Amino acid sequence: MASQVIEIKRSKEKTFKDQVMDLLPEGGNLNACLTCGLCSSGCPASGLENMDPRKFLRLAVLGLDDEVLNSNWAWMCTMCQRCIYACPMKIDIPALVFNVRNRWPKENQPKGIRGSCEMAFKNETCSAMGATEEDWRFVVEDVAEEVRDTQPGFENLQAPMDKKGAHFFLNQNSREPVTEPDEMVPMWKILDLVGADWTYGSKGWAAENYCLFCADTEMWEKNVRIKAKAVDDLACKVLLNTE
Amino acid sequence: MNSDWNKDLKVTFTVQDPCQLVRKSLGDPIAEDLRFVVKAVVGEENFIDMTPNRSNNFCCGGGGGFLQSGFPEARRYYGRIKFEQIDQTGADYCITPCHNCHAQIHDMKEHYGGKYHSVHLWTLICLSLGILGENERTYLGPDLAEVNMLS
Repeated sequence: MASQVIEIKRSKEKTFKDQVMDLLPEGGNLNACLTCGLCSSGCPASGLENMDPRKFLRLAVLGLDDEVLNSNWAWMCTMCQRCIYACPMKIDIPALVFNVRNRWPKENQPKGIRGSCEMAFKNETCSAMGATEEDWRFVVEDVAEEVRDTQPGFENLQAPMDKKGAHFFLNQNSREPVTEPDEMVPMWKILDLVGADWTYGSKGWAAENYCLFCADTEMWEKNVRIKAKAVDDLACKVLLNTE
Repeated sequence: MNSDWNKDLKVTFTVQDPCQLVRKSLGDPIAEDLRFVVKAVVGEENFIDMTPNRSNNFCCGGGGGFLQSGFPEARRYYGRIKFEQIDQTGADYCITPCHNCHAQIHDMKEHYGGKYHSVHLWTLICLSLGILGENERTYLGPDLAEVNMLS
Protein backbone atom coordinates (compact mmCIF):
# COMPACT_ATOMS: atom_id res chain seq x y z
CA MET A 1 0.00 0.00 0.00
CA ALA A 2 2.02 2.86 -1.27
CA SER A 3 -0.91 5.05 -2.02
CA GLN A 4 -0.45 8.73 -1.56
CA VAL A 5 -2.35 10.74 0.95
CA ILE A 6 -4.74 12.99 -0.87
CA GLU A 7 -4.85 16.46 0.50
CA ILE A 8 -8.08 18.27 -0.02
CA LYS A 9 -7.75 22.00 -0.09
CA ARG A 10 -10.68 23.65 1.52
CA SER A 11 -11.48 27.26 1.05
CA LYS A 12 -12.91 29.36 3.84
CA GLU A 13 -16.18 29.65 2.04
CA LYS A 14 -19.01 27.39 3.01
CA THR A 15 -19.11 24.13 1.14
CA PHE A 16 -22.28 22.99 -0.57
CA LYS A 17 -22.85 20.59 2.31
CA ASP A 18 -22.63 23.46 4.83
CA GLN A 19 -25.18 25.43 2.85
CA VAL A 20 -27.59 22.51 2.78
CA MET A 21 -27.14 21.98 6.51
CA ASP A 22 -28.29 25.57 7.08
CA LEU A 23 -31.58 24.70 5.41
CA LEU A 24 -32.40 21.50 7.25
CA PRO A 25 -33.67 20.79 10.77
CA GLU A 26 -30.67 19.51 12.77
CA GLY A 27 -28.65 20.13 9.62
CA GLY A 28 -30.04 16.85 8.30
CA ASN A 29 -27.40 15.22 10.54
CA LEU A 30 -25.07 15.47 7.56
CA ASN A 31 -22.00 15.58 9.81
CA ALA A 32 -22.98 12.49 11.75
CA CYS A 33 -21.98 9.74 9.32
CA LEU A 34 -20.19 6.74 10.86
CA THR A 35 -19.46 5.38 7.34
CA CYS A 36 -21.09 2.08 8.26
CA GLY A 37 -22.58 1.65 4.80
CA LEU A 38 -26.08 0.55 5.78
CA CYS A 39 -27.44 3.20 3.42
CA SER A 40 -25.52 1.89 0.43
CA SER A 41 -26.06 -1.81 1.06
CA GLY A 42 -29.81 -1.31 1.01
CA CYS A 43 -30.04 1.20 -1.80
CA PRO A 44 -31.15 0.08 -5.27
CA ALA A 45 -29.28 3.05 -6.77
CA SER A 46 -25.92 1.85 -5.43
CA GLY A 47 -23.59 1.24 -8.35
CA LEU A 48 -25.25 3.60 -10.76
CA GLU A 49 -22.85 6.28 -12.05
CA ASN A 50 -20.16 4.64 -9.92
CA MET A 51 -21.95 6.16 -6.95
CA ASP A 52 -23.83 5.15 -3.82
CA PRO A 53 -25.39 7.10 -0.92
CA ARG A 54 -22.40 6.80 1.38
CA LYS A 55 -19.98 7.88 -1.33
CA PHE A 56 -22.26 10.78 -2.25
CA LEU A 57 -22.31 11.97 1.33
CA ARG A 58 -18.53 11.51 1.76
CA LEU A 59 -17.89 13.63 -1.32
CA ALA A 60 -20.11 16.33 0.12
CA VAL A 61 -18.51 16.17 3.55
CA LEU A 62 -15.05 16.44 1.97
CA GLY A 63 -16.15 19.52 0.09
CA LEU A 64 -15.77 17.96 -3.36
CA ASP A 65 -18.64 20.05 -4.57
CA ASP A 66 -18.05 19.70 -8.31
CA GLU A 67 -18.35 15.93 -8.09
CA VAL A 68 -21.50 16.16 -5.98
CA LEU A 69 -23.19 18.85 -8.03
CA ASN A 70 -22.46 17.41 -11.45
CA SER A 71 -23.23 13.74 -11.01
CA ASN A 72 -26.28 12.40 -12.85
CA TRP A 73 -26.75 10.18 -9.84
CA ALA A 74 -28.84 12.92 -8.21
CA TRP A 75 -31.48 12.08 -10.82
CA MET A 76 -31.24 8.33 -10.22
CA CYS A 77 -31.73 8.41 -6.47
CA THR A 78 -35.52 8.47 -6.08
CA MET A 79 -35.31 10.10 -2.64
CA CYS A 80 -37.26 7.11 -1.30
CA GLN A 81 -35.74 7.60 2.18
CA ARG A 82 -34.94 3.96 2.80
CA CYS A 83 -31.39 5.08 3.64
CA ILE A 84 -32.73 7.30 6.43
CA TYR A 85 -34.86 4.45 7.69
CA ALA A 86 -31.79 2.21 7.91
CA CYS A 87 -29.32 4.83 9.14
CA PRO A 88 -28.41 4.74 12.86
CA MET A 89 -27.77 8.48 12.71
CA LYS A 90 -30.83 9.34 10.61
CA ILE A 91 -28.83 11.25 8.04
CA ASP A 92 -30.97 12.97 5.44
CA ILE A 93 -29.14 12.02 2.26
CA PRO A 94 -32.33 12.45 0.18
CA ALA A 95 -32.48 16.12 1.21
CA LEU A 96 -28.88 16.47 0.04
CA VAL A 97 -29.93 14.97 -3.30
CA PHE A 98 -32.95 17.28 -3.48
CA ASN A 99 -30.73 20.31 -3.00
CA VAL A 100 -28.31 19.08 -5.65
CA ARG A 101 -31.22 18.90 -8.09
CA ASN A 102 -32.17 22.41 -7.02
CA ARG A 103 -28.70 23.69 -7.98
CA TRP A 104 -28.78 22.26 -11.48
CA PRO A 105 -29.37 25.02 -14.03
CA LYS A 106 -32.90 24.68 -15.37
CA GLU A 107 -31.68 24.16 -18.93
CA ASN A 108 -29.54 21.20 -17.88
CA GLN A 109 -32.18 19.40 -15.84
CA PRO A 110 -33.72 16.29 -17.42
CA LYS A 111 -36.11 17.58 -20.05
CA GLY A 112 -38.87 15.14 -19.15
CA ILE A 113 -39.03 16.45 -15.61
CA ARG A 114 -38.38 20.12 -16.34
CA GLY A 115 -40.85 20.18 -19.22
CA SER A 116 -43.57 18.52 -17.14
CA CYS A 117 -43.00 21.00 -14.32
CA GLU A 118 -43.46 23.94 -16.67
CA MET A 119 -46.31 22.42 -18.66
CA ALA A 120 -48.43 22.40 -15.49
CA PHE A 121 -48.72 26.19 -15.72
CA LYS A 122 -49.91 26.28 -19.29
CA ASN A 123 -53.46 25.84 -18.02
CA GLU A 124 -55.07 26.31 -14.65
CA THR A 125 -55.56 22.56 -14.49
CA CYS A 126 -51.95 21.94 -13.34
CA SER A 127 -51.84 19.08 -15.85
CA ALA A 128 -48.27 18.12 -16.69
CA MET A 129 -49.64 16.60 -19.89
CA GLY A 130 -51.19 19.90 -20.90
CA ALA A 131 -54.82 18.83 -20.57
CA THR A 132 -57.15 21.83 -20.67
CA GLU A 133 -60.30 22.46 -18.64
CA GLU A 134 -62.34 21.71 -21.78
CA ASP A 135 -60.52 18.40 -22.44
CA TRP A 136 -61.03 17.38 -18.84
CA ARG A 137 -64.74 18.25 -18.65
CA PHE A 138 -65.40 16.52 -21.94
CA VAL A 139 -63.59 13.28 -21.07
CA VAL A 140 -65.14 12.95 -17.63
CA GLU A 141 -68.67 13.55 -18.88
CA ASP A 142 -68.20 11.37 -21.94
CA VAL A 143 -66.95 8.41 -19.91
CA ALA A 144 -69.62 8.87 -17.23
CA GLU A 145 -72.35 8.94 -19.88
CA GLU A 146 -71.11 5.74 -21.44
CA VAL A 147 -71.13 4.00 -18.08
CA ARG A 148 -74.69 5.21 -17.41
CA ASP A 149 -75.82 3.94 -20.83
CA THR A 150 -74.15 0.55 -20.75
CA GLN A 151 -73.61 -0.63 -17.18
CA PRO A 152 -76.60 -1.95 -15.24
CA GLY A 153 -76.87 -0.58 -11.71
CA PHE A 154 -75.01 2.61 -12.65
CA GLU A 155 -77.74 4.36 -14.63
CA ASN A 156 -77.37 7.32 -12.28
CA LEU A 157 -73.61 7.35 -11.85
CA GLN A 158 -72.28 10.87 -11.49
CA ALA A 159 -68.77 12.27 -11.75
CA PRO A 160 -69.57 15.71 -10.34
CA MET A 161 -67.63 18.74 -11.60
CA ASP A 162 -67.25 21.94 -9.56
CA LYS A 163 -69.91 20.92 -7.06
CA LYS A 164 -69.74 23.67 -4.45
CA GLY A 165 -69.55 22.56 -0.84
CA ALA A 166 -68.86 18.90 -1.60
CA HIS A 167 -67.03 17.22 1.26
CA PHE A 168 -64.27 15.64 -0.86
CA PHE A 169 -62.33 17.26 -3.67
CA LEU A 170 -60.89 14.35 -5.66
CA ASN A 171 -57.86 14.96 -7.82
CA GLN A 172 -56.70 12.80 -10.70
CA ASN A 173 -53.40 11.96 -12.33
CA SER A 174 -53.44 13.32 -15.90
CA ARG A 175 -52.56 9.93 -17.30
CA GLU A 176 -56.11 8.69 -16.84
CA PRO A 177 -58.11 11.35 -18.67
CA VAL A 178 -55.43 11.70 -21.35
CA THR A 179 -54.46 8.11 -22.10
CA GLU A 180 -56.73 5.62 -20.30
CA PRO A 181 -59.98 7.29 -19.23
CA ASP A 182 -61.77 4.04 -18.39
CA GLU A 183 -59.37 3.64 -15.46
CA MET A 184 -61.19 6.51 -13.70
CA VAL A 185 -64.41 4.54 -13.50
CA PRO A 186 -63.64 2.06 -10.67
CA MET A 187 -62.98 4.94 -8.27
CA TRP A 188 -66.24 6.65 -9.26
CA LYS A 189 -68.14 3.44 -8.63
CA ILE A 190 -66.60 2.97 -5.19
CA LEU A 191 -67.43 6.57 -4.23
CA ASP A 192 -70.95 6.13 -5.60
CA LEU A 193 -71.48 2.91 -3.69
CA VAL A 194 -70.44 4.37 -0.34
CA GLY A 195 -72.50 7.51 -0.96
CA ALA A 196 -69.54 9.87 -0.77
CA ASP A 197 -70.20 13.58 -1.26
CA TRP A 198 -67.41 14.38 -3.70
CA THR A 199 -66.48 16.47 -6.68
CA TYR A 200 -63.81 17.01 -9.26
CA GLY A 201 -62.69 20.57 -9.95
CA SER A 202 -62.28 22.04 -13.42
CA LYS A 203 -59.20 23.86 -12.08
CA GLY A 204 -56.26 22.42 -10.16
CA TRP A 205 -57.42 18.84 -10.60
CA ALA A 206 -54.19 17.27 -11.85
CA ALA A 207 -52.52 15.32 -9.06
CA GLU A 208 -48.97 15.37 -10.38
CA ASN A 209 -46.38 18.03 -9.50
CA TYR A 210 -43.08 17.58 -11.32
CA CYS A 211 -41.65 20.78 -9.87
CA LEU A 212 -41.02 18.70 -6.76
CA PHE A 213 -38.80 16.40 -8.81
CA CYS A 214 -36.70 19.17 -10.32
CA ALA A 215 -36.56 20.72 -6.85
CA ASP A 216 -37.83 24.04 -8.11
CA THR A 217 -39.23 25.17 -4.80
CA GLU A 218 -40.88 28.33 -6.11
CA MET A 219 -42.74 26.61 -8.89
CA TRP A 220 -43.53 23.70 -6.64
CA GLU A 221 -45.22 26.07 -4.20
CA LYS A 222 -46.99 27.88 -7.01
CA ASN A 223 -48.41 24.58 -8.25
CA VAL A 224 -49.58 23.59 -4.75
CA ARG A 225 -51.19 26.99 -4.20
CA ILE A 226 -53.22 26.77 -7.42
CA LYS A 227 -54.52 23.40 -6.24
CA ALA A 228 -55.25 24.58 -2.71
CA LYS A 229 -57.14 27.58 -4.08
CA ALA A 230 -59.24 25.32 -6.30
CA VAL A 231 -60.26 23.30 -3.24
CA ASP A 232 -60.96 26.43 -1.20
CA ASP A 233 -62.96 28.08 -3.99
CA LEU A 234 -65.33 25.12 -3.98
CA ALA A 235 -65.43 25.17 -0.17
CA CYS A 236 -64.52 21.49 0.00
CA LYS A 237 -63.36 20.09 3.33
CA VAL A 238 -60.97 17.36 2.22
CA LEU A 239 -58.59 17.03 -0.70
CA LEU A 240 -58.42 13.40 -1.73
CA ASN A 241 -55.09 12.72 -3.38
CA THR A 242 -55.61 9.21 -4.67
CA GLU A 243 -51.96 8.50 -5.31
CA MET B 1 -67.00 -6.87 -0.19
CA ASN B 2 -65.49 -10.33 0.06
CA SER B 3 -63.15 -12.80 -1.60
CA ASP B 4 -65.71 -15.47 -2.58
CA TRP B 5 -64.86 -14.91 -6.25
CA ASN B 6 -61.36 -16.20 -5.57
CA LYS B 7 -62.25 -19.17 -3.34
CA ASP B 8 -61.82 -21.72 -6.10
CA LEU B 9 -59.71 -19.72 -8.53
CA LYS B 10 -56.94 -19.20 -5.96
CA VAL B 11 -55.28 -16.40 -7.91
CA THR B 12 -52.39 -15.11 -5.80
CA PHE B 13 -51.46 -11.52 -5.00
CA THR B 14 -48.65 -9.56 -3.47
CA VAL B 15 -48.65 -5.86 -2.69
CA GLN B 16 -46.17 -3.06 -3.26
CA ASP B 17 -45.93 -0.65 -0.31
CA PRO B 18 -45.54 2.75 -1.99
CA CYS B 19 -42.67 4.68 -0.38
CA GLN B 20 -44.64 7.91 -0.51
CA LEU B 21 -47.65 6.45 1.26
CA VAL B 22 -45.90 4.21 3.79
CA ARG B 23 -42.29 5.05 4.70
CA LYS B 24 -42.52 8.75 3.85
CA SER B 25 -46.01 9.55 5.12
CA LEU B 26 -48.18 7.36 7.32
CA GLY B 27 -45.83 4.53 8.25
CA ASP B 28 -46.57 0.92 9.14
CA PRO B 29 -50.19 1.52 10.27
CA ILE B 30 -51.23 2.42 6.72
CA ALA B 31 -49.36 -0.65 5.45
CA GLU B 32 -51.53 -2.71 7.80
CA ASP B 33 -54.68 -1.00 6.51
CA LEU B 34 -53.56 -1.80 2.98
CA ARG B 35 -53.15 -5.47 3.85
CA PHE B 36 -56.51 -5.53 5.61
CA VAL B 37 -58.21 -4.34 2.42
CA VAL B 38 -56.17 -6.55 0.10
CA LYS B 39 -56.82 -9.68 2.18
CA ALA B 40 -60.53 -8.89 2.36
CA VAL B 41 -60.63 -8.57 -1.41
CA VAL B 42 -58.48 -11.51 -2.53
CA GLY B 43 -58.64 -13.85 0.47
CA GLU B 44 -55.96 -14.11 3.15
CA GLU B 45 -54.80 -17.49 1.84
CA ASN B 46 -54.14 -15.96 -1.56
CA PHE B 47 -51.95 -13.14 -0.30
CA ILE B 48 -48.16 -13.46 -0.29
CA ASP B 49 -46.08 -10.65 1.21
CA MET B 50 -42.78 -9.74 -0.40
CA THR B 51 -39.69 -9.37 1.78
CA PRO B 52 -38.68 -6.83 3.04
CA ASN B 53 -41.92 -4.92 3.25
CA ARG B 54 -43.86 -2.08 4.89
CA SER B 55 -41.59 0.80 5.95
CA ASN B 56 -38.54 -1.26 5.02
CA ASN B 57 -39.73 -1.92 1.49
CA PHE B 58 -37.49 -1.25 -1.48
CA CYS B 59 -38.45 1.61 -3.76
CA CYS B 60 -39.45 0.23 -7.17
CA GLY B 61 -37.54 2.93 -9.04
CA GLY B 62 -40.59 4.71 -10.40
CA GLY B 63 -40.47 7.56 -7.89
CA GLY B 64 -38.66 10.87 -7.75
CA GLY B 65 -39.28 11.55 -11.44
CA PHE B 66 -37.12 8.58 -12.53
CA LEU B 67 -39.77 7.51 -15.06
CA GLN B 68 -39.44 10.87 -16.83
CA SER B 69 -35.76 11.67 -16.32
CA GLY B 70 -34.51 10.02 -19.50
CA PHE B 71 -32.34 7.30 -17.95
CA PRO B 72 -34.34 4.16 -18.75
CA GLU B 73 -31.38 1.79 -18.48
CA ALA B 74 -30.45 3.09 -15.04
CA ARG B 75 -34.09 2.98 -13.99
CA ARG B 76 -34.37 -0.68 -14.95
CA TYR B 77 -31.08 -1.53 -13.25
CA TYR B 78 -32.48 0.14 -10.15
CA GLY B 79 -35.76 -1.75 -10.45
CA ARG B 80 -34.17 -5.18 -10.79
CA ILE B 81 -34.29 -5.65 -7.00
CA LYS B 82 -38.01 -4.95 -6.97
CA PHE B 83 -38.62 -7.22 -9.93
CA GLU B 84 -36.85 -10.11 -8.20
CA GLN B 85 -38.71 -9.45 -4.96
CA ILE B 86 -42.04 -9.74 -6.74
CA ASP B 87 -40.93 -12.65 -8.88
CA GLN B 88 -39.83 -14.62 -5.83
CA THR B 89 -43.26 -14.41 -4.23
CA GLY B 90 -44.57 -16.36 -7.22
CA ALA B 91 -47.72 -14.23 -7.07
CA ASP B 92 -49.87 -13.89 -10.18
CA TYR B 93 -50.49 -10.20 -9.50
CA CYS B 94 -48.71 -7.30 -7.85
CA ILE B 95 -51.12 -4.73 -6.48
CA THR B 96 -49.61 -1.27 -6.95
CA PRO B 97 -51.58 1.44 -5.15
CA CYS B 98 -49.41 4.25 -6.57
CA HIS B 99 -49.25 5.59 -10.09
CA ASN B 100 -45.49 5.58 -10.36
CA CYS B 101 -45.16 2.10 -8.85
CA HIS B 102 -47.80 0.83 -11.25
CA ALA B 103 -46.01 2.18 -14.31
CA GLN B 104 -42.54 1.06 -13.21
CA ILE B 105 -43.56 -2.42 -12.05
CA HIS B 106 -45.53 -2.93 -15.24
CA ASP B 107 -42.54 -1.84 -17.33
CA MET B 108 -40.18 -4.18 -15.49
CA LYS B 109 -42.47 -7.12 -15.99
CA GLU B 110 -42.31 -6.45 -19.73
CA HIS B 111 -38.57 -5.77 -19.71
CA TYR B 112 -37.41 -8.67 -17.58
CA GLY B 113 -40.08 -11.07 -18.77
CA GLY B 114 -41.96 -11.63 -15.54
CA LYS B 115 -45.17 -13.60 -15.23
CA TYR B 116 -47.03 -11.26 -12.89
CA HIS B 117 -49.50 -8.51 -13.80
CA SER B 118 -49.48 -5.12 -12.10
CA VAL B 119 -52.88 -3.87 -11.10
CA HIS B 120 -54.47 -0.92 -9.30
CA LEU B 121 -56.19 -1.56 -5.97
CA TRP B 122 -59.39 0.10 -7.17
CA THR B 123 -59.65 -2.50 -9.95
CA LEU B 124 -59.65 -5.35 -7.46
CA ILE B 125 -62.07 -3.69 -5.05
CA CYS B 126 -64.56 -3.34 -7.90
CA LEU B 127 -63.84 -6.88 -9.11
CA SER B 128 -64.67 -8.31 -5.70
CA LEU B 129 -67.83 -6.20 -5.54
CA GLY B 130 -68.94 -7.55 -8.92
CA ILE B 131 -69.10 -4.06 -10.41
CA LEU B 132 -66.05 -4.06 -12.67
CA GLY B 133 -67.04 -3.44 -16.29
CA GLU B 134 -65.33 -4.95 -19.30
CA ASN B 135 -63.54 -1.73 -20.30
CA GLU B 136 -62.00 -1.46 -16.84
CA ARG B 137 -59.92 -4.63 -17.12
CA THR B 138 -56.91 -3.45 -19.10
CA TYR B 139 -54.41 -4.58 -16.49
CA LEU B 140 -56.00 -7.89 -15.61
CA GLY B 141 -54.58 -11.05 -17.15
CA PRO B 142 -56.63 -13.56 -19.17
CA ASP B 143 -57.37 -15.49 -15.94
CA LEU B 144 -59.49 -12.63 -14.60
CA ALA B 145 -60.68 -11.06 -17.84
CA GLU B 146 -64.19 -12.44 -17.45
CA VAL B 147 -64.40 -13.09 -13.69
CA ASN B 148 -67.23 -11.52 -11.68
CA MET B 149 -68.23 -9.36 -14.65
CA LEU B 150 -70.84 -6.69 -14.06
CA SER B 151 -73.98 -7.92 -15.79
